[in-house]
Amino acid sequence: MMNPIIEVKNLQKAYGRTIAVADVSLTVQPGEIFGIVGPNGAGKTTTIECIIGLRQPDGGSVSVLGMNPQAEPKKLGNRIGVQLQEAALPDRMKVWEALDLYASFYERPVPWEPLLETWGLADKQQAQFGNLSGGQKQRLFIALALLNDPEVVFLDELTTGLDPQARRATWDLVRAIREKGKTVVLITHFMDEIEALADRVAIIDHGRVLALDTPAHLIAQLHGETQVYFTTPNGFTADVLRGVAGVTAVSQNHQQVTVTGGGPLLANVAAALAQNNIAPHDLRVQQANLEDVFLALTGRNIRV
Amino acid sequence: MLMVLFGLIFGNEAETFLGGYGQVDLSVPGYIGMIIGTIGMLSIPLSIATYRENGVLRRLRATPVQSKSILWSQVAAQTIIALLGIALLVITGLLLFDLRLPSGGDVMILPGILLSAFSFFAIGFVLAGVMPTPRTAQAVGMAIFFPMLFLSGAAMPRFIMPEGVQEVAKLLPLTQVVILLEDLWLRGEWNVTAVAVITAVLILGLIISRFTFRWE
Repeated sequence: MMNPIIEVKNLQKAYGRTIAVADVSLTVQPGEIFGIVGPNGAGKTTTIECIIGLRQPDGGSVSVLGMNPQAEPKKLGNRIGVQLQEAALPDRMKVWEALDLYASFYERPVPWEPLLETWGLADKQQAQFGNLSGGQKQRLFIALALLNDPEVVFLDELTTGLDPQARRATWDLVRAIREKGKTVVLITHFMDEIEALADRVAIIDHGRVLALDTPAHLIAQLHGETQVYFTTPNGFTADVLRGVAGVTAVSQNHQQVTVTGGGPLLANVAAALAQNNIAPHDLRVQQANLEDVFLALTGRNIRV
Repeated sequence: MLMVLFGLIFGNEAETFLGGYGQVDLSVPGYIGMIIGTIGMLSIPLSIATYRENGVLRRLRATPVQSKSILWSQVAAQTIIALLGIALLVITGLLLFDLRLPSGGDVMILPGILLSAFSFFAIGFVLAGVMPTPRTAQAVGMAIFFPMLFLSGAAMPRFIMPEGVQEVAKLLPLTQVVILLEDLWLRGEWNVTAVAVITAVLILGLIISRFTFRWE
């Protein structure tokens, strides 16, 4: 096994009496897209801020590229790229000025013109930051994060506030970053984003890691029940499905029927309906996804 | 603007009872103090608090740039703005009112200006650190600055005020700046008290802002 790019052991951080990170341990391997998900206020951003050296941990240890972020902030800063939540540039700064300025902060910057092309900002070079759309600002911040050709890129709430098209386009670009051999740490509260992109994911809540595995493993471990939905116009009664293998519950709301159970539920339900000459207009199956895993682990209560 | 306005009202004829200077000549040191005070107490707190609130400082801190460089660049930029403002003031004075330049202290005025500027910038950094938002920074900055502006003699001569008020006004940092600059501009002399007070404010401001400054 290769040396991990990031190694966090028993990280702790509190702000006054508020414990942001109670106990977080994780390792990130070279070349992977590592996801960190959790509800708002779970401690995701604080964890990242400790990893990149913006905050000093109260306890535990952090090692990034073999360095302690607190001891060698400058050396580390030259080798990582960061796109932060709630960051900004002065409104009147032009796109090229920002790239030129931020390039000057690094020891070995890459030329920024190709980055503008890649991130679709070539025609916005003269535009002021304040006049960019949300998606354009986000892409500019990614370009800024790549100026030093970093080995690890941290992307915090990358697609929050973007429309669906821009989100999908951004996902492709994240994959492109990884294909260039970089390690990506992705912080988000979108489960579909993690399912689409991440090789492994840590689910964090109340400052602790609740689960850490590949998305597929996490879903498999849930032993989630499957649900089958269909709509029926004619005299359907729940009796039809009584005794069908795997069915644990049947509920009906007007014409909408929901069957819950395990095993090859869809096939069994379809066979039972056919036997009784019931032809549903639609028949859909819903399997557990990462969101169900997440809700199972973090609970369904809305956070205040 | 003020100089043009008052200059047009009073003119800049040399008056013997004003020691051979005109109205405009006497007002210029005060106007310089006004520029320094405005930048220190209004521009700096507002711009830093704004950068902090919208995350400009946060993003900068995530680069290898040292925090010190970020703050010094702010000081450098504001110093240049102050010097440009003063140059504009003097050039306008020369073109419109035949402004009489400082007699002996023409070179010494520059260190005086810089000392005063840094002192007020330090006050600005304290305000920027203590105030939670750009709105409060601006409101509090104005609430302190405007009374000081009129009491200090920066906007209008101190001698038209009652003597008691003049004495109290001497406790204000901006008054000391105006005294320092007047003595340098008109007489080429360093006012030791003013230098001491302004330096003390500078040191105190640096120490306080060291502990109160926040990046986010």
